[in-house]
Amino acid sequence: MAEIRVETVTKTFGTFTAVKGVNFTVDNGSFFVILGPSGCGKTTTLRMIAGLELPTSGRILLDGEDVTALPASARDIAFVFQLFALYPHMNVRQNIGFPLRCQNYPRSEIDKAVLEAARLLQIDQLLDRRVGGLSGGDRQRVALGRAIVRRPKAFLMDEPLGALDSEFRKLMCSELRELHDRIHATSVYITHDQLEAMAMADRIAVMNGGLIEQIGSPQEIYDRPKSMFVADFIGAPPMSFLGVRTALQRGDRVIRIDGASVDMPELFEDRAEGRFMLGVRPENVSFADSSGLRGRVIGAEYLGTTQIVTVITASGQIKARLPAASPVQVGETVGLKLRPDTLSLFDSSSGQALSSARHAGGHNG
Amino acid sequence: MAEISLVEVSKRFGAVEAVLGLSLSIADGEFVVLLGPTGAGKTTTLRLIAGLERPDKGSVIIRGRDVTREVPAERDVAFVFQQYSLYPHLTVYDNLAFPLRSPARRMDESFIRRRVQQVAELLHIEQKLGNRATALSGGEMQRVAIGRALVREPAVYLMDEPLSSLDAKLRAELRLELKRIQRELGTTIIYVTHDQIEAMTMADRIGVMSKGILIQLDTPRGIYERPKSAYVATRLGNPSINLIPAKLLANGSVPAQAQTIGLRTEHIRIFAADRSGTRARVHWVEHLGDQNHVHLKLDTHSLVTLADPAQKLTAGDEVTLEFAEPLYFDQAGNRIPTDGVHA
Repeated sequence: MAEIRVETVTKTFGTFTAVKGVNFTVDNGSFFVILGPSGCGKTTTLRMIAGLELPTSGRILLDGEDVTALPASARDIAFVFQLFALYPHMNVRQNIGFPLRCQNYPRSEIDKAVLEAARLLQIDQLLDRRVGGLSGGDRQRVALGRAIVRRPKAFLMDEPLGALDSEFRKLMCSELRELHDRIHATSVYITHDQLEAMAMADRIAVMNGGLIEQIGSPQEIYDRPKSMFVADFIGAPPMSFLGVRTALQRGDRVIRIDGASVDMPELFEDRAEGRFMLGVRPENVSFADSSGLRGRVIGAEYLGTTQIVTVITASGQIKARLPAASPVQVGETVGLKLRPDTLSLFDSSSGQALSSARHAGGHNG
Repeated sequence: MAEISLVEVSKRFGAVEAVLGLSLSIADGEFVVLLGPTGAGKTTTLRLIAGLERPDKGSVIIRGRDVTREVPAERDVAFVFQQYSLYPHLTVYDNLAFPLRSPARRMDESFIRRRVQQVAELLHIEQKLGNRATALSGGEMQRVAIGRALVREPAVYLMDEPLSSLDAKLRAELRLELKRIQRELGTTIIYVTHDQIEAMTMADRIGVMSKGILIQLDTPRGIYERPKSAYVATRLGNPSINLIPAKLLANGSVPAQAQTIGLRTEHIRIFAADRSGTRARVHWVEHLGDQNHVHLKLDTHSLVTLADPAQKLTAGDEVTLEFAEPLYFDQAGNRIPTDGVHA
């Protein structure tokens, strides 16, 4: 068990700065996900925690101890890459016990640890089977067993489910989370898949261009994105934005868009005239004939229970998640109603959220 | 006229029947998605059409011509693979131009330039034409791979999970783009995926496959609302359809031969416990951002349904359920048509 602290860590490769002064703490026993697009610096950050890269500046603390300069082998951490790397000529027991045999543990201790790991993963009935004949799910469980058998202080996982098909990925997500709930090992998990992050994380750090854009619980990040980048990266489909040029005052509860008045959460700051973006998530958009905010339907994507309808307005494109049974005609003009308490307002040039009843603390907190 | 027909095609690899008696007819300009889990036989089907595999039985017909015995180059098809297979030493432009410069085609360079430019614009990679293929992001590489198929105008494009290696956001963007391009150009596409969202949003018709057999071929709405079997019903819908024993709901409306009831979100209404009806308990509410799933316990069975944002439910709440036109399946798993859903 361990707390991991990353303090103003920077990593430069030649002229390229991959990680730019990143700060965060992974609480003891928590499941922490670093989420971001490729090239955002998440893997470099993870490799520095593992000891596979040396930070250019900053410190990494494991349970309060400065491990910045320690090699990977001296940090009691398990790094899980693609989960499927098993030794085909060994059986399940030998595969799981392999890391301990490498460290010359006594036989009896290995047997005990392997059995315990197998029980946790509910594969103890498979111990004497060859890995070749196992189903994909069981192979994945064996690979996990090999990671947990050492009982390291922390697990670092780099897109371990990236190669799986979506259905199986979903299943493994819930198994990984259940496993975490049983052993409570501090885990840092890297992914570009927001659904994995939402489904597993206690806290998510969203990274972009070597910086952390926001850290928070999945719900917090979804409901109160601090920047347009986060709002756009999370959610399928992501948040829609309507552009508006206006001046704003503390206490405003209404914003004028295309001549229509749109209710929004109370604003906590004054802003001189400038360009702002009103952000709304698809499930908070509905059609209302009476609304002054109007647009033309340009497409509807059928999803079974719901459909995603894309509407073009004079200020931007909005996506609405509506019941699949709602009649929608491509080309028709509709009125749009946005659920007031769920709206976010962003500064168009900085991309940061304005402070409001929805976003208390705004861009500073 | 049908652009592509498969007639009773079978293919076996050793002891495995990869494709079994598959018949399929695809119209000009149609977007057909073959959907199924790993091992369902969808990629083999695609490879049989491309000529990368030869069927043990049956025939493949493209534009009215039996091509079963023809090699890939003789068939008028373009294949896009899951892994972008670009020439790393060539620029994006030369990668895109490559298929047109084949000695078999011999096209005029000015025509090639126009065509490459056109396709690059369609895929929003016109800024990258001078780049080396290796200096691109994953999403850009996959666009180039798709573009290399699009520069030609074959009878059919065969695509094998072309988006699966991309991140979710890019996947969603390319999904829309691919559908737009297909509509604009009126191309015929056969597309293989295990991703139900891709299937539902892009397909004119979806073919659901399992163990080498094409189980049902219908529009997305047809497959979703009128699945042939319980298996097909589980292929589409998020959260997945809930399958519970029919005897749990035994009342007048359940057909006699029904063994299993299929309940999707839109079939389930949740009311306060003080109403008469089927009792259940809220087990937990899972917040997934855009979709909040309510997990219900009905007897010993779990039901998962989408939460209505306006309805406040908390773990432990007792509720009453009502079911509107659910799906019924018989002992063999086949759906029993009912008046409400049988169109």
